[in-house]
Amino acid sequence: MFDTLAAFLVFNLASQASTSQLGAALHFFVMDVVKILVLLTTVIYLMGWLRALFTPERVRALMKGRSGPGARLMAVGLGAVTPFCSCSSIPLFIGFVEAGIPLGVTLSFLIASPMVDLAAIAVLIGIIGWKITLIYILTGISIAFAGGYILQAFKPERWVENYVWQIHMGDAQIEAEEITLRARHDYAWREVRQIVGRIWKYVVIGVGVGALIHGYVPADFVARIAGDGSVVSVIVAVLVGVPMYSDAVGIIPVAEALLGKGVPLGTVLAFMMAVIALSLPEMLILRKVVKWPLLGIFSAYLTTAFIGVGVLFNALRTVL
Amino acid sequence: MKNIKILGSGCRNCQTTYQLIQETAKARDIEIELEKIEDMATILGYGVMSTPGVVLNGKVVHAGSVPDRNKVEGWLSGNT
Repeated sequence: MFDTLAAFLVFNLASQASTSQLGAALHFFVMDVVKILVLLTTVIYLMGWLRALFTPERVRALMKGRSGPGARLMAVGLGAVTPFCSCSSIPLFIGFVEAGIPLGVTLSFLIASPMVDLAAIAVLIGIIGWKITLIYILTGISIAFAGGYILQAFKPERWVENYVWQIHMGDAQIEAEEITLRARHDYAWREVRQIVGRIWKYVVIGVGVGALIHGYVPADFVARIAGDGSVVSVIVAVLVGVPMYSDAVGIIPVAEALLGKGVPLGTVLAFMMAVIALSLPEMLILRKVVKWPLLGIFSAYLTTAFIGVGVLFNALRTVL
Repeated sequence: MKNIKILGSGCRNCQTTYQLIQETAKARDIEIELEKIEDMATILGYGVMSTPGVVLNGKVVHAGSVPDRNKVEGWLSGNT
């Protein structure tokens, strides 16, 4: 459907030849922007309607007083259904610490929340297909889950800023609003406006980059610089991805274009995860609550994990 | 006079909320005491983790988004 629509707009209305580079790029751009925005809006609206999107307050209340593997899995799961916004990282962090949730569990949540995100999952399925989506989700969950244990082993409590321990949270409960159809619609629509309003620019930039790669970058060029799937190429992909930042949804069209040009799956996965889960702005925000050594270990763990994922899946490709 | 506090660490939505309430009060000719709370410890002290939050006469009435105008009017004209 989206394909037909984009083909009509680009090839008929704008009379671009379907074989030209500009035509191919435009077609990719129109199709993906429309498709992603429709998918995003639908998923967020439906989740909002069901009130299945979790707020940080609800997550904290659910997690309070829990520890152990069950709590860790729960943290990762809640991370997936909590719409991610770097603006809530600090209150979440402090709120979790104050609720007595172990730091490892909190860090698991902070890794999972941007990476395994419901909206991103829906867009991944729609754009790249369910198989790769499943691989992405499973590796994302594993990295977040294992990360909790590994980071905990460093006794990260000593790197939490002192003032964090002194904060006492109130328990002011916002009175439940009446759940009429109208209220559900308003709530869901507000979520859509808020989330789409925040990430649409990443979508447009991401699709733009994807379209340029799709239309203008020759496949053999891509294959030469990123295509062999060697360990070095994965390391380079991760190191390129780390300083970049995009919402999970925005990087998907780039991944689509890279896969289309024959870049191996492991390399693409590693790159995507590096862009989404590790970013300088997020680090600077977290710096308000934890000291540099913990941020260093946090980044080092994630970087290593992403390289591991890339190497693993590139190796599987030759084995399978 | 009603006291309204906007909880938020200076994000854009918090500014929008502040302006919305200020403008609505002005348009309705209702005098209110409007404050911005930007200190994270105080914000969390109200039990609010997702900003912007709105505190009406010491009670949290809203959190996590820019409230819509009807809601704001309700706070301004309500008897509480």
